[in-house]
Amino acid sequence: MLRLQNIHTGYGDIAVLKNISLHVSRGEIVTLIGANGAGKTTLLNTICGLVRARSGSIVYNDRPVTDCSADQIVRLGISQVPEGRQIFAPLSVLDNLRLGAYTRAREWGKKKVQERIEQMYALFPRLQERAQQYAGTLSGGEQQMLAIARALMADPCLLVLDEPSMGLAPLVIAEIFKAVARLRDERKTTIFLVEQNARTALKYADRGYVIETGKIMLEGRSDDLLNNREVQRAYLGRQKQPIWE
Amino acid sequence: MSIESQIVQFLFTGIALGSIYAMVALGFNIIYNATGILNFAQGEFVMLGGLVMVWLSVTLGLPMPLAFAVTVAAVMAVGALFERLAIYPLKKPPVLILIIITLAGSIIFKGSAMLLWGKKTYSLPHFSSEQPIAVLGATILPQTFWIIGFLAAVVAALALFFNCTMLGKAMRACSFNPTAASLVGINVKRIVLLSFAVSAAIGAIAGIVFTPVVLMEYDRGTMLALKGFCAAVLGGLGNGAGAVVAGLLIGILESFGAGFISSAYKDAIALLVLLLVLVVRPGGLLSRGEASRLKDF
Ligand SMILES: Nc1ncnc2c1ncn2[C@@H]1O[C@H](COP(=O)(O)OP(=O)(O)O)[C@@H](O)[C@H]1O
Ligand SMILES: [Mg+2]
Repeated sequence: MLRLQNIHTGYGDIAVLKNISLHVSRGEIVTLIGANGAGKTTLLNTICGLVRARSGSIVYNDRPVTDCSADQIVRLGISQVPEGRQIFAPLSVLDNLRLGAYTRAREWGKKKVQERIEQMYALFPRLQERAQQYAGTLSGGEQQMLAIARALMADPCLLVLDEPSMGLAPLVIAEIFKAVARLRDERKTTIFLVEQNARTALKYADRGYVIETGKIMLEGRSDDLLNNREVQRAYLGRQKQPIWE
Repeated sequence: MSIESQIVQFLFTGIALGSIYAMVALGFNIIYNATGILNFAQGEFVMLGGLVMVWLSVTLGLPMPLAFAVTVAAVMAVGALFERLAIYPLKKPPVLILIIITLAGSIIFKGSAMLLWGKKTYSLPHFSSEQPIAVLGATILPQTFWIIGFLAAVVAALALFFNCTMLGKAMRACSFNPTAASLVGINVKRIVLLSFAVSAAIGAIAGIVFTPVVLMEYDRGTMLALKGFCAAVLGGLGNGAGAVVAGLLIGILESFGAGFISSAYKDAIALLVLLLVLVVRPGGLLSRGEASRLKDF
């Protein structure tokens, strides 16, 4: 469904992504794990048209999208839930959702947009209770739900999430990951999930990639990565104590 | 004239003047919110509005309402063209560079207006009668009420646009967080274009309603931009309600200053008020405590 080949990019003189190749197949949950500053957000923004690739290619549904603008990408069916949620705080929850369907509004008409909003309420009932509230007044978990719902409003085939667990309590994280897993199971939405929280991400994902300083270091099935010594040491904090005689 | 009627007189003159400053300040804010740019060509839109209107309605003899609509559309097009030629082609320029470009733009607009209209001062008939209306011993021109009415209409239209239309909300989303706005598929560059067009339209309206009272010439824009800028900063950059309050305040103070002290200090008053208020409230009159910052500086 999505395939990146030999992607290089950066900001100004700084190279951030070095020869990144990866793919996401239809119906999969794929995770990308890596430490702070590894280039995860840069990678997602390159996919979503906010950062230009310097070389390499991105193909989505057999279509080259390397040079597409951000709004074209959304129209093509890739929506991003950005890092740190980035909801529109001064607007109401309802308006945030409506803006999520900005690219579809003309084609769908009011009625279909409203139906879509109802579906989001079914997924996250708490958003309905807070519909008229300013988005900025929501709790962290609710803001994350809103950010996800806003991205889903455009009816994406591929949902990319940037560290949705950041700054949230474990119970809330579980709730959000369950909702994401349900999306894939019930709506067949493909998920590309970026996380620092490797354990949770690998628990829900089918496959994973590990990125370190802009390079893909490892890839594999989630179970294999969970059992990989390197991954355990670096990302799961399950450091084996050396045995002293 | 008794002192009371003098006060009423200055008050109305001040409100009319302040309405113009408020409209210029609103134009400043719309572009600032969309881009972080302070558009110093904003005053030129007012000048162009006045002169194009004079040309259409006096020289060509078009009926007032038609000339009004064509003028606003024409100045809007100028604003949009300015954005497409001077702002759009640049890739991620620093905001300071963009502001300097708007200054250059204002010089070009002024120069072009001088070539087209010369250095003459032009007048425009009042919208209705020129017979002053007596209010508490003061004599108020009916055009004053037109000016106040148009400010109210512009404010109402903007409130409706930003609170009740999807495009208006998209524009607010953009000014709050352009990255997130791009990610929901809002074309940010188009919103920037729209902000220049809307600001130019507001400037044109200000110029059209103002010209019958104060006449218009090619070099009026700079001072208007300066006053409008003072009002925008005084009200808190980006704050629409603040712009209106501050614009009216500066207009009224200027009018009283000119009447009771000396008209020689008229233009200094706006700056003086701005300085005094910023010392006390760095974020502007209607700020909620946090100091106003220039985006991206
Ligand atoms: N807008 C930017 N301008 C310059 N450098 C950036 C920018 N965004 C990120 N970087 C740099 O790129 C590197 C990767 O950042 P990022 O993609 O945000 O990593 P991650 O999401 O994995 O934490 C970091 O070294 C960061 O400092
Ligand atoms: Mg990141």
